[in-house]
Formats: sequence, C-alpha cells, structure tokens
Amino acid sequence: MTLAVGTTVRIKDMAPLGHIRTPHYLRGKTGVIERVLGGFKNPEQLAYMVPAPTRTLYRVRFEMGHIWPDAEATHDTLDAEIYEHWIDQNAP
Amino acid sequence: MPHDHHDHDHLSPSGHPYRQDNDGALTYWQTMEIAIRELMIEKGELSAAQIQAQIDAMDERSPANGAAVVARAWTDPDFRNRLLANGSDAAREMGFDIGPMHLVAVENTAHIHNLIVCTLCSCYPRNLLGLPPDWYKTREYRSRAVREPRAVLREFGVELPVTTTLRVHDSTADMRYIVLPARPAGTDGLSVDALAKLVTRDSMIGTGLAKAP
Amino acid sequence: MDDPTHRWHDMGGDAAGPVPLEGHDFAIWEKRVDALVILGQQRGHFTVDGLRRALEDMGEAAFESMTYYERWVAALNQNLVEAGVYSLEELGAKMEDVKARGDTYGAVQS
Repeated sequence: MTLAVGTTVRIKDMAPLGHIRTPHYLRGKTGVIERVLGGFKNPEQLAYMVPAPTRTLYRVRFEMGHIWPDAEATHDTLDAEIYEHWIDQNAP
Repeated sequence: MPHDHHDHDHLSPSGHPYRQDNDGALTYWQTMEIAIRELMIEKGELSAAQIQAQIDAMDERSPANGAAVVARAWTDPDFRNRLLANGSDAAREMGFDIGPMHLVAVENTAHIHNLIVCTLCSCYPRNLLGLPPDWYKTREYRSRAVREPRAVLREFGVELPVTTTLRVHDSTADMRYIVLPARPAGTDGLSVDALAKLVTRDSMIGTGLAKAP
Repeated sequence: MDDPTHRWHDMGGDAAGPVPLEGHDFAIWEKRVDALVILGQQRGHFTVDGLRRALEDMGEAAFESMTYYERWVAALNQNLVEAGVYSLEELGAKMEDVKARGDTYGAVQS
C-alpha cells in the first residue's frame, strides 16, 4: 500500500553489504513523507544487472535537530529519496 | 554578499577554468580510455561519430539552460506552477533535451532556502546544467552539506538569517534537483533575457543567490 | 574492508575541512570517458548503479589518489568486462598497441 503524504515513518536501521542508496546517517531516523515519486526499479539489483523489481520511491523529510542534536538551526530540514523497502511499516 | 568563486578570467565556454594537461605524458588511464573506445568501435558497439555527438551534446548543456528556465518561471506564474509540479516536463516544454532525467525544482522564498547535495556520489542535473563543478564532487561538500549546511553556505558567502528555514536535499536516488532562486529586488522592468543573466550556476545549486541587477 | 555499516563513500555527516573551490575544465579524454559511460548504458551493458557499485568497491584509497575520470574509466572497464563486451586479453593487447604509438595522449590517436 502506498503511504500517504504526511505519514510519519521510520527508516530501517539495517546495513546489507552491497550497493544501497539509503545513507547511513538516516537509518533508524524518523521523518515524514513529503511526496510520493512513483515506481522505480530497485538500484540494489540494477547495480548487478539482475532482474530488478519496481519499488515505490518516496521523498522523506527529516528535522535537522532530530538527525543532529547539535545542529546550528534545529528547524532546518533534510529531504532524501527513500525506497519503500527501507521504510519500517511497523514503526513508529 | 554572495559571490561566484569561479567568476574570474580564463574560463572556458562551459564555465570551468582551463587545465593544460592534454599534452602531458600518456597515463595508464588515458591509455585505457583509448583502448576501450577503439575496442567498442571495432566491435560495432559504437561509432566514432556517436561518441563525438555525445560529447557535443554534453558541451551544449550549461547553466545558461537552467537560467532560462528560472527566468521564465520568474515572469510566467503558470510556468512556475508547472515547473514546481513537474520539473522534467517544464524543461522539455522549453525545448531542452534532458533525456530520461527526473527533475525536481525547489523554490526559494522570503523564508525558505534550498540546498542540493549528493552525499553518496555526486548526482547532479547534468542533462540540464552540464557537468558539475569540481567542489560539488568533493569529500568536503558531500560530507558537510548535510551536517553543517549553514557553515558551508558561509564559505560560499551566503549568510542565512535564523528566521529562514534551510531545506537540504540529499539526491539519493532517481531525482535530480534544481533550485528556483528568489527573484532579486529591483528587477521589475527587466526582460526575460536580462533576468536570466542574473541566475548563476551556484544559485541553482543553492550555494549562491541570484545576482542583483 | 572499511566499516560495512558506514562505507567510505557514504560520507554524509562526516567531519571534513573547508570546501575547496578551485575547479578545472574537462580534458578531451575526460569528456570521452563521460561519453563512453553514457553510451555504454544506452547499449544496455550496465546501469548507472553498476557504475557506482564499481566506484564504491574500488575503495577509499582510489577516491583519494585518482582523479574523478580516472575512477570512472576504471569503473567503466569493470562493467564492460562483466558484460562481456571485451575480454581482458583484448584490452591488454589494445593498451600495448596504443602505448607503442607514442608518448602523449595527442600522439597516439588512431
């Protein structure tokens, strides 16, 4: 099921070894769906030229003060593109 | 006062300083480039003309393309709305060949400033703006733009008020980003072409502001 | 290898010095590497993710010691070999052939 804009989500804190596009500094962090970008083939398979399933890609917005407690301006934000399989559907 | 660090003499048409290293001793990696290119041509994978056409197409792309998009958005509210809704379609509507690129435009306002980075590699809207500046690809920019973006902006001469919300965009996947900078004051009477000349490359990455007239 | 939960290329948030602002224009051989990378993808031999995967697997030492397009041509080679476009035997012979033509990039063009 596609998540709605505004949904609070937590990024999975996992680190499979290989080509992945979720930066380490966002793993385990909580943000809000900013927009739904649609379906894209999973780069984790595209990188190895094996059949790649389509995954929904989201833009997720995080508060700087949540990612970095000592941020200069805690109300600033960080947006990143996150594939659906990196979003923990059972949290928060 | 924001300034473009590359605004000095000796710039090539693509906006980068020239480097005079084409006549140095042949390197291992240059040898490999020639060998790969010749092997691909011999095997019928590519033609020399195709390779040159691809180089020409890339050379045609420059920040001037993005500046034209920005100036149009400043003067045409319907186009601005279309640009913010779908950057790729808006760029193509102006005749730019951006290939399969998915472009997202993010707008600076009186209270919001946007900054683009790619921490995992160096994704850049190259199909519209041409190849990225070297600093965009450095460890320093990639590491710090998401951690201490206001300090990075100060190094570029941009001091954001505390009342401004800074939105940093880490270009982690399939989207490429362009900042729609705020239109400078005192530009009411300017033509679209004159407005485009105020739009610097850095203002479309977010490390600069549009120039004053 | 480096920390598998925080690999070297995943550098967002790492401590680093001032952003170096000097730049350079691209040499013709660099533009050719760029073109071969784009065209090799268009031929269906690899994806941009495959290029990045090779760059990441080259490691931090390569990032620190090689230029951007040196790393790109190495990653291009990795992907083309994996795709079977040419063999290392062919590449080795061709590189020897190129070197035998002269001492500068400009002198060895066929």
